[in-house]
Amino acid sequence: MRVPILKQSQYVIASIQSALSDEDLLQLRDDLAQTVGRYRSRGVIVDVTVLDVMDSFAVRTLRAIAHMIRLRGAETVIVGIQPEVAFAMVQLGLTLEDVTTALDLEEGLAHLERQTAAGAAHVK
Amino acid sequence: MSTELRARASEVGSPGADATAALLRELVAHLRKNRTQLREEWARRITESKLLTAMTREEIFAEATSVYDNYVEVLETGSVEALQAYARNLSERIIPRGVETHEVLGIVLLLRDVLARSLFKKYQADFGLLNSVLDAYEPAANRIANTVAVGFVQERERIIRQQQEAIRELSTPVLQVRDRLLILPIIGVIDPQRARQLTEQLLRGIRSNRAKVVVVDITGVPSVDATVANHLVQTVDASRLMGANVIVTGLSSEIAQTLVTIGVDLSKINAVGDLQGGIEEAERLLGYTVTTPEPKPSEKQS
Repeated sequence: MRVPILKQSQYVIASIQSALSDEDLLQLRDDLAQTVGRYRSRGVIVDVTVLDVMDSFAVRTLRAIAHMIRLRGAETVIVGIQPEVAFAMVQLGLTLEDVTTALDLEEGLAHLERQTAAGAAHVK
Repeated sequence: MSTELRARASEVGSPGADATAALLRELVAHLRKNRTQLREEWARRITESKLLTAMTREEIFAEATSVYDNYVEVLETGSVEALQAYARNLSERIIPRGVETHEVLGIVLLLRDVLARSLFKKYQADFGLLNSVLDAYEPAANRIANTVAVGFVQERERIIRQQQEAIRELSTPVLQVRDRLLILPIIGVIDPQRARQLTEQLLRGIRSNRAKVVVVDITGVPSVDATVANHLVQTVDASRLMGANVIVTGLSSEIAQTLVTIGVDLSKINAVGDLQGGIEEAERLLGYTVTTPEPKPSEKQS
């Protein structure tokens, strides 16, 4: 199932709706890289609230997405990791070291607002 | 009777089941007859060896009497069930008073020795018979010592398990002190199971309170080993995945030393000296500022 990608002002939101196969994840990666360029977005939010399992491939792909988006000039925030998933990930050593995470969509958007506000202030 | 028994014993070569039973019967009769004297001898030797110091002389004598009677009964019937029940009951009474395993084992072995001595004395003239009597006596006596010691240790283990359970049930609260700020005070020993439970509670608390910062206070944790330290790091990581910052406070100098010695990677842990400092740091992260209200003009004048 393809992940819908929504545009919300200067950000795009990838809202995962069901468990994803490896192909779906790679598709999401490619779609996001393209969409960010098309909309000239400043930030990307990947919402993983519905996922109750996160394997190493999923975590690796999320990291890859974050790195790619950074190279495309935008920020990535992963939001909605469930308590059980967070604990399982840490036990497997999958800690998403250099990726920003937030509690939920609202928090993720607030984080991006702050980031872009800081960036804008810098430009002025 | 002795000579007859001896004749039977030597006939078979080694005493068979019948002969053993007969010898045990004779033994029991002997122990019944000399009950008072042997019991006193035993109690005297217990006091001499400085065992059961937690109990008074009268108590020792009373317990010694019960143990002695149980002992004779086991020799007579060969069934240890009554003794098992008694040993359990005895352990229940004496463990809270601080009686140690070596003391319980010591007194049972003393009784075995006292009785063996009295047998030596009685049969010293007839070495062959003494041998047969000891052959019958020793396995039974060892079995009794075993039963009592095992009963005592089992009772101790039961108490330890009970206490562990009690500790486990001391739940650790996750408290909200300000909007989006949680405190998790940890008190007592952390074992892997409890650590896991703590992490789960914390993560659930983060979600339900929409926390941004969590202060984990470990002032009440006496010691930390590698497992617990790793668990702390895991908790910090898992909280970060949920978008919350963790501040660890109350690391004592001993714990800090242990952590450095065992080489836990603490670069990811944000540590602050005490709970107050931790809360201040958390407020800073959340953008709160605490100010003392300006004194009212009327107060200024006075």
